[in-house]
Parts: sequence; structure tokens; C-alpha cells
Amino acid sequence: MSSHASAVSPAGSVWEGGQSPYATNSKKFGMWLFLISDSLTFSAMLFAYTYSRVTNPDWPKPFDFSPAIIFSTIMTFCLLSSSLTMVLAVHSMNHGDRKATVRWILATMVGGGAFVVLHLSEWMKLINVEHVTALNNPWGVPLFGGTFFALTGLHMTHVICGLIYLTIIAQGIARGKFKAEDVEVSGLYWHFVDLVWMFIFPLVYLMSARVG
Amino acid sequence: MSSHAEESVVHVGANLSTFTKVWIALLGMTGIEVLLAYEQVPTLIMLTCLLGLSIIKAALIIAYFMHLKFEKLSLFLTLFPMLIFCIVLMLIFLGDAVRIPNMRPFA
Repeated sequence: MSSHASAVSPAGSVWEGGQSPYATNSKKFGMWLFLISDSLTFSAMLFAYTYSRVTNPDWPKPFDFSPAIIFSTIMTFCLLSSSLTMVLAVHSMNHGDRKATVRWILATMVGGGAFVVLHLSEWMKLINVEHVTALNNPWGVPLFGGTFFALTGLHMTHVICGLIYLTIIAQGIARGKFKAEDVEVSGLYWHFVDLVWMFIFPLVYLMSARVG
Repeated sequence: MSSHAEESVVHVGANLSTFTKVWIALLGMTGIEVLLAYEQVPTLIMLTCLLGLSIIKAALIIAYFMHLKFEKLSLFLTLFPMLIFCIVLMLIFLGDAVRIPNMRPFA
């Protein structure tokens, strides 16, 4: 490889990575790398939950169709809708409409906030009514509480962090600070939170639904 | 990478009607999942259907909402084959998980 030849090339040498091998900005690429590593964490936890379930034939089904599954379906609707409003925020920012961007980000936060409130009420019901804790439960399968609270708790932490992140972005946009790429990067994080729920909802809730 | 290059790569991606269609498709698939849970179909069929639908939903979110469909192929090839390979590697313990209930002394 000739370093002299590559320095002369206007596009930059392919062997040196070129000028922009992914045609994306560094913030977005950094967020992608974080999300990939985070997906491995969630995958490991989902596998741990699934394996614990397979090894325990007495695995409980604590979620009544009404209200638990209906509740979690509404939570799914909140997250999916907040993803759509986040896309609209990115779209508005790409068109330079800062006011609309702030409005769509606030709508996204309403969806995320509703999700957290519903999720916490679901947790409270499990803890106070069904007497499920991280270490014990009435069905004698302690791994259920441990894996359930770890998995959904980590996801809820991500949603709360996302809400804080979006608050900072919305404030910055309102003050004329951030650029379109910053909204897009925050959108990537928010969609990831939605994406993870698309696996937690069926595997944890729907597979443990109790009808009748 | 220069700051000029960074500013010039903001993606608009698909139009609003496409995003709305994707959202409706995601809601529709969620509805099918809930229906499967209500009908209490056999566990293996249910697990297969739910996982299949979840993977389709995840692909739609990544492709459209996260704009990966509109990025360079090199970004996808750098990130996803490794991720899928690592996730598939986690299946290595599935055999143990299935075997353990039959290995219990009084099972």
C-alpha cells in the first residue's frame, strides 16, 4: 500500500478507511455501537428468562388476560405510538421546524411516561397483591421474580433514561442549540427501547397469560 | 471526519405515509399476538408464532424507524452479522435447559 498515493487521492484511501466509510456522523455511529452492545445485554437476559422457564415445569402464569394482558397491550400501544411521534420529531427537525420538533418530542415523552406509570402499577400489583418479590413468590419458583424484575426493571430504567435524554434534547432544541443529527441520535435510542419491548411483551407477558 | 461531512449526512428516509403504514402494521401484528394469547394455542406453536412476529416487528422498526434501510450497506454489515452470530451462540445452552427437568431425582 502506498501511503503517498492515498494522501493524494481526493476520496481518501479505502485501505485507510476512506473519508466516511459508513457515510454517517460519529455521534450516530457511536449510538449504534452502544445499542448493539445493549442488545447483547438484553438478549442474554431474555435467554436467561427463557432457560429458567424451560428448566422449571412449574413456571407460574401470573398474568390474567384482564387486566394484566390488556394493561401490557396498552403499554405496547403507548411505546409504539411514541416511536411514531419520535419519527415525526426527527422528520420535523430535518425540515428545520424546531417548534414542531419540540411538540413531537413532548408527545413522545407523554407516551413513554404513560408506559412507565402503567408498568409501575403492574409491578405494584404483583408485589402487593400476588406477593411476588425478586427472591420469593407464592408459586415456589423464586427464579420467576428474579428474572422478571431484572428484565423488566432494566427495560424500565432504559425508558426513564430515555425520558431524561429527550427532556435535555427538547430543551436544547427550544433554545436553538442542537442540530438535526442530535434529534436523530436520540430517536435511535428511543426506538431501541421500543424494539426491546417487542420481545419482552410476547415472551414474558403473553407466554404467561392466564385466560378464564 | 470533518464537521462539514458530519452535517451533510442527516437522513430524511421514508415519507410520513410510509411511517404511518409501518406503525399500523406493528399495531396489527401486536393485535395478532394478543389474539394468540387469548386463544391459548399450544405452547410450541405459540412460541414460534410470537417469535416470528417479534422478529418481523423488530426488522420493521430497525429498517424504517431507525433508518437503517436508508444507510450504507457497510454500516449494516459491520453491526448486524456479529450481533446475530452472538445471539445464536446463546442457543448453545438450550440443550442443557431442556435436559435439566428430566435429570431431577424425583421428576
